[in-house]
Amino acid sequence: MAQVSSLDYFNISELLSEDEVMIQRATREFVDHEVLPVISKHHRDATFPTELIPKMAELGFLGSSLPTEYGCAGLNNVAYGLLMQELERGDSGIRSFCSVQGALVMYPIFQFGSDEQKKKWLPQLASGKKIGCFGLTEPDFGSNPGGMKTRARKKGNDWILSGAKMWITNGSMADVAVVWAKDDDGVIRGFLVEKGMKGFSAPEMTRKFSLRASVTSELVFHDVVVPESNRLPKAEGISSPLKCLTQARYGIAWGALGAAIACYETALSYAKSRIQFDKPIAGFQLIQEKLVWMLTEITKGQLLALQLGRLKDQNKAKFTHVSMGKMNNVRIAREITHLAREILGANGILDEYPVIRHMMNIESVYTYEGTNEMHTLILGADITGIEAYR
Amino acid sequence: MSRGDRFLLDLSPEGGDEKNMKIGVLLKQVPDTATKVKIVNDAIDESEVKWVINPYDEYAVEAALRLKEKAGGGEVVIVTAGPARAVETMRQVLAMGADRGIRIDTAGLTLDPYTTAVMLAAACKDEQFNIIFAGKQAVDDDCAQVHIGVAEFLQIPHVSPIEKFELNADLTQAVVERPVSGGVKEVIEVKLPAVFGCEKGLNEPRYASLPGIMKAKSKPMKELSGRDLLQGKTPLLAQSQYALPPEGRKGKMISGTAHEAAKELVRLLREEAKVV
Ligand SMILES: Cc1cc2nc3c(=O)[nH]c(=O)nc-3n(C[C@H](O)[C@H](O)[C@H](O)COP(=O)(O)OP(=O)(O)OC[C@H]3O[C@@H](n4cnc5c(N)ncnc54)[C@H](O)[C@@H]3O)c2cc1C
Repeated sequence: MAQVSSLDYFNISELLSEDEVMIQRATREFVDHEVLPVISKHHRDATFPTELIPKMAELGFLGSSLPTEYGCAGLNNVAYGLLMQELERGDSGIRSFCSVQGALVMYPIFQFGSDEQKKKWLPQLASGKKIGCFGLTEPDFGSNPGGMKTRARKKGNDWILSGAKMWITNGSMADVAVVWAKDDDGVIRGFLVEKGMKGFSAPEMTRKFSLRASVTSELVFHDVVVPESNRLPKAEGISSPLKCLTQARYGIAWGALGAAIACYETALSYAKSRIQFDKPIAGFQLIQEKLVWMLTEITKGQLLALQLGRLKDQNKAKFTHVSMGKMNNVRIAREITHLAREILGANGILDEYPVIRHMMNIESVYTYEGTNEMHTLILGADITGIEAYR
Repeated sequence: MSRGDRFLLDLSPEGGDEKNMKIGVLLKQVPDTATKVKIVNDAIDESEVKWVINPYDEYAVEAALRLKEKAGGGEVVIVTAGPARAVETMRQVLAMGADRGIRIDTAGLTLDPYTTAVMLAAACKDEQFNIIFAGKQAVDDDCAQVHIGVAEFLQIPHVSPIEKFELNADLTQAVVERPVSGGVKEVIEVKLPAVFGCEKGLNEPRYASLPGIMKAKSKPMKELSGRDLLQGKTPLLAQSQYALPPEGRKGKMISGTAHEAAKELVRLLREEAKVV
């Protein structure tokens, strides 16, 4: 039986189909040859590796779980998850790019768009000829997006958008922004705002210490005229953007494992070769305890992500299941990046090793797509019936 | 996608034949080069081996796929002699874009380069390939004999290793470059059909795409019996015993500036190794 080319202490390969294993292996190979050689420089320079976009598009990484009729790969959820894991083993910024393009731009167009919108946008987004972003968060509304202030006023056959979004991944690079705004009745609606529309700008937010190899932007709308044909007809209410987030969060549950695996593998090999007191530091009990904790949490996280994917493939995954996956796997990944940094000693703060980069990246992942606290309270509300977050 | 420049292939756009180019690729599954070989009961223990495509065969696959793409048609067929586990490697090549596979089942057979070539040649003969690509050698036994044997038994020419490959306009002749010692290159014109052993640098093999992987499982895979193809032929080579190479002597790291290190090296060569 085929084996994954990644950390697999519990022989999870046995639970995967042949395609799923092949997809994991192919993506890891891509990341080793195409992402790892360039990522440190992009991270240092705070630039997104745009040169990877056509390559990733040609290999089918963009919107990979959407149907083949739109030029997508039609992966199941588990294969999609393995792709996210391997991309984030490279860098959270690369995985974020693909998450946004696929789960937050192509998915809402696929799910809530008209046939014309799907035909126009999906093939171009799949082929990387067009880039998208997703504007939900605002300066004053993060964990509580339902309070958003961005307005869409109906004027004849058009909509007039005014307001601002913040922290928007891919924003300044995007040809199309999926923007959420309230209409005159306070109902949240989705719009496709295109680059170059009058009154629309997307200045980049700079000086980040995390997710440096990813573009983060503000979106500013000064009475932008958006035609009715650019409204997502089937989106209505806060549940629509939340549905998109459930897709992206699912990918993060796997992606975080990729960052964790990169740090664990680096720490293990470093500990075996670094000599102090005449023996490898891997021979000290305190170091072993850290390594074993890392491995155990990654293994538990893999089993959680895998079953989450299987449930999702059977349409049985609830959003609370996805919350648990995102919450747990990002939390353990965050701890693992820190433990790896400790094991590397002073080398742990150098970007010669991937650890400090992952450690800084995971801080964003911990906060975006629902903070760790919000997912905890979503689960709390589910099991007690009492919403503690309002 | 390709990882580099494509080789030049000058095909006439009007030529009728190129659409029907039937391209064979000989493919071997080998242990990953990072494998630590273990010997148990005088045999190689395969239980912990990770199997991969023979790296040189990847160049052969890429050459075949580019030839088909450039010609705008035809078929790339992979031929493997190996046990059931080899299917996994064949699927990877189907995912890269090959059209179908033929596996010669070798379960229970003791083989050498001669018998392997006999079986592969028999399978290739039935297919009537216009051209056959192979890796210049397999990295497990490094024999570099099988593809040459195949050409021999098919009574067609072969060139190996090749670093450059071009086909003339009427698809009857290839011009290839073969490195010989001292950095000299031989440029050879070969009439097709012929067998080519591919060297690193011939091209940059592509990655399997996700849609390619999804399509691979529905591509045809035929199985032939190795025993039938051998028609009673037996190996000319016998393996009498396996032994690991002796443990390498430990190296010594010399630290300091280049100047200090050079001085120390000379001192060690004089005083410890006593060679200068
Ligand atoms: C790099 C990056 C990229 C991003 N990309 C996008 C994007 O593409 N599109 C997009 O729309 N958004 C994006 N975001 C925004 C992200 O989703 C928000 O930052 C996130 O939802 C949290 O909102 P906030 O930062 O306003 O924090 P706040 O909501 O202000 O929270 C601050 C703290 O208070 C806690 N908190 C808040 N409410 C409660 C409560 N009820 N109970 C207990 N604790 C609470 C939070 O958990 C957190 O610890 C991105 C963010 C980052 C950092």
